[in-house]
Amino acid sequence: MSPGSAAPGASVFAALGDETRLGLVARLASGGPLSITKLTAGSAVTRQAVTRHLEVLACAGLVHDSRHGRERIWELDTAQLSEARRYLELVSQHWDDALERLKRFVE
Amino acid sequence: MNTDRIEKVTVLEAPRSRVWRAISDAGEFGAWFGLEFDGAFAPGALMQGRITNSPDYAGITVTFVVDRIEPEHHFSYRWHPYAVDPSVDYSIEPMTLVEFHLEEVAGGTRLTVVESGFDGIPATRRAEALRMNTGGWEAQVSNVERYVSG
Repeated sequence: MSPGSAAPGASVFAALGDETRLGLVARLASGGPLSITKLTAGSAVTRQAVTRHLEVLACAGLVHDSRHGRERIWELDTAQLSEARRYLELVSQHWDDALERLKRFVE
Repeated sequence: MNTDRIEKVTVLEAPRSRVWRAISDAGEFGAWFGLEFDGAFAPGALMQGRITNSPDYAGITVTFVVDRIEPEHHFSYRWHPYAVDPSVDYSIEPMTLVEFHLEEVAGGTRLTVVESGFDGIPATRRAEALRMNTGGWEAQVSNVERYVSG
């Protein structure tokens, strides 16, 4: 998949194709706007790495940041995320995987 | 787009009795689904299943409430999809209904799975499910691309 030729939605999914970034999105989704400090807390990933991941997400339009004093605050862009659709897609994929396991189990 | 239900249809190359056992026997169901249950499925039974296929969620239990059991034809249960965060009380949220329908067809068994009731799930929980997708995402990107461009 080359970045330039991908469908409009593809960069979103490519950006989410990483566990750390998925985790960041999930934290922003449940915790609201958060600073780098809060996003890095309790994680094995460095602050610099988290920043890079957030910038990838920002390029995909999934998050944006704003400055509050010395802190950058990151916020989820829910319109782009289209939560309901993605959620269903995940559940749907979950079933595809489960049914594939069932197939292997009974065949 | 229908946001309330997911439907999957697959043909399994196995006799219906075999597929039925894999779905209706709690031990067999758990083996492919990734949960370990104590006890047998029975209509109305409240079942706790321990997650066995994800080290990230080891020790977390998932609750099933068995709905209907019609041998060789229908099995259904209600649950809280992706209810794995110990700090969240899912019991106040609506459950989704998961139904398995079995039909004999040439060469095997047609299995239809319908999960419905998503519209009752709070949006924040939907987003949280992102975190659940702990593996294989890259492999799924092309599927998802087809989905979004379709």
